[in-house]
Parts: sequence; C-alpha cells; structure tokens
Amino acid sequence: MGLLLHRIDDRLIHGQVVVGWGQPLGLRFIVLVDDDVAASDWEQELYRMGVPPDVEVHFLSVIDASTRIAAFHADPRPGILLVNSVDTMQRLIAAAPAIRTVNLGGVHHADGRTQRLRYVFLTPQEEQQLRALEQSGVDITAQDVPGARPIPLQDVLAGRGDG
Amino acid sequence: MTDDAIVVAVVAGHGDYAVGMLSAVEQITGRGSAFVPVSNRGKSPAELEAELAAQLDATGARVIFTDLPAGSCTMAARRLQRARPDVVLVTGANLAVLMEYLFAAISPLGTPVGGLAHTAALARAAADKARDTLSVSGG
Repeated sequence: MGLLLHRIDDRLIHGQVVVGWGQPLGLRFIVLVDDDVAASDWEQELYRMGVPPDVEVHFLSVIDASTRIAAFHADPRPGILLVNSVDTMQRLIAAAPAIRTVNLGGVHHADGRTQRLRYVFLTPQEEQQLRALEQSGVDITAQDVPGARPIPLQDVLAGRGDG
Repeated sequence: MTDDAIVVAVVAGHGDYAVGMLSAVEQITGRGSAFVPVSNRGKSPAELEAELAAQLDATGARVIFTDLPAGSCTMAARRLQRARPDVVLVTGANLAVLMEYLFAAISPLGTPVGGLAHTAALARAAADKARDTLSVSGG
C-alpha cells in the first residue's frame, strides 16, 4: 500500500480524487503538497471539508513532504499524494527521488499552455520539465480516472492521447 | 421582472449534471429557466470560480447548488464565498431540493423574496425537505 498515486492535478482535492480514485482504492490518507496551502489555515479547512472523516489529510510544504516520503511509502494504508502543478512535482522529486511514478490527472487551460489532452494543457516549460523527469527515470502517464487508459507521456506530448 | 425571467439560483456540477437536472425541472414544472447550469468540464479552478461569479452577476441570483461536497464546483463556490459572503451554497443537491427551493424563492406575485438571511433560510428549509426524499426499500 502506501502512496499509490503521485498526482498532478490543479484542482487538488475534488470529486475525481476523493470518489473516482478514493472509492476503488479504499483511500485512507491524502498527502497534499503545496507551500501556499501548507501556510494557510483557511485553505486547509477548505480542502478538509471535501474529505470523508475517515480519510486523513496531511498538508505539507515541498520540503516537509520530502522528508516524510519514505514514511508515507511505507504506510500500510492506501494513500494519494497531490500537487497542483508540474513545477511543484519537479521540485518535490528533486528533493525526494524515491518518487518514481507520476500521474497527470488534470492541468487545465491557462495563458501560454497548449492542449495535449482533454484534461492536460502544458506550457513549453512544463513539457520540458516533464521530459526531464522522464529522462531521469520517472514513469509518467496521464490518466484522469481509474477506468481510463493510462497514456504515456510521449503520446501525450505527441497529441496521440485522446484518439 | 416577470416570473419567467427570474433566475433563483445557479446549479453547478460535474459533466452534464446541471443541464440534466434543469431538464428534469423543466419537464416537471416548466421552470427550468429559473436556474442557470454550470459544468466543471474542462475548466481550471480559476475559470470555474470566474464562471460562477459571472453567472451570479448576470442573473442577480445569490444561491449556488452543487453536486458533490468535495467536487470542484463546490470548492470554487466556497472560494467565491470568501470574497462574497452574501452567496449561499447548497451541496449534494438533488432534484427535490431544486424544486423545493424554486417554489419557495418565488413569491406568488412572481418576484424574488427576501434578503440574505431569508434566502439562506429558504435554502436550508428546502434542503431539509429534500433530504427526506432519499429512501431505500426492498432487500
């Protein structure tokens, strides 16, 4: 068990995570890694309101999360780690290289981003960051919900994902 | 403002949830246009929050109904509430609560009724009634 998913999703905690993944995985803990959320009681309360009471939520900065990754991976319960951006995931893996898989779950439209999948839009810099992670040995696939086919990063970047 | 032109609330949810719910309201009451649908499909959190705000501004409605308590529409609505404390949020909405609220929120004269406290009380009462419509039988 431990962390079954290291997910990039700009919505962080939401329906796909709590219900879509949470129900079939029997989710028991969430590690939400975000420097801003970790520093804001209001943000934490907002996200905690969306989580069933039997699911534990850890709100951690990138640095604090990196020091606890081994413990989270060793946790006997099923868990999900969430970040809201490619940049945060890259910083986290730089500090915690034990993370070897990344799930692209939702990066939505913003200025400068190009659509790669229905739910993945990336800037050239984000694409470069993902390629660099993959070249370092991290397995990166896009998959919004458990029933969907995991799409390898190369197919995502080549626009071959939704067909 | 005529009765038909009044928008009492925004309904927001995953996929076609809102459009589907309003289709049912229209079929049952003929007043589906009293709600405005919003979908989270393909939207970033910021885009979703902006659309909710725009719909409230455009319609004058101050109530948002959402589907899942943990859904992205609910999260966007809660963020909106921080800047706009006059917004009332009802999560876990079903067809019954929409219709209860619809008929409570429109006066017999066809005008919206009450201020914020009254609106919130109406929404709470509608939610209480609708909660009772969930039942299980058989087995």
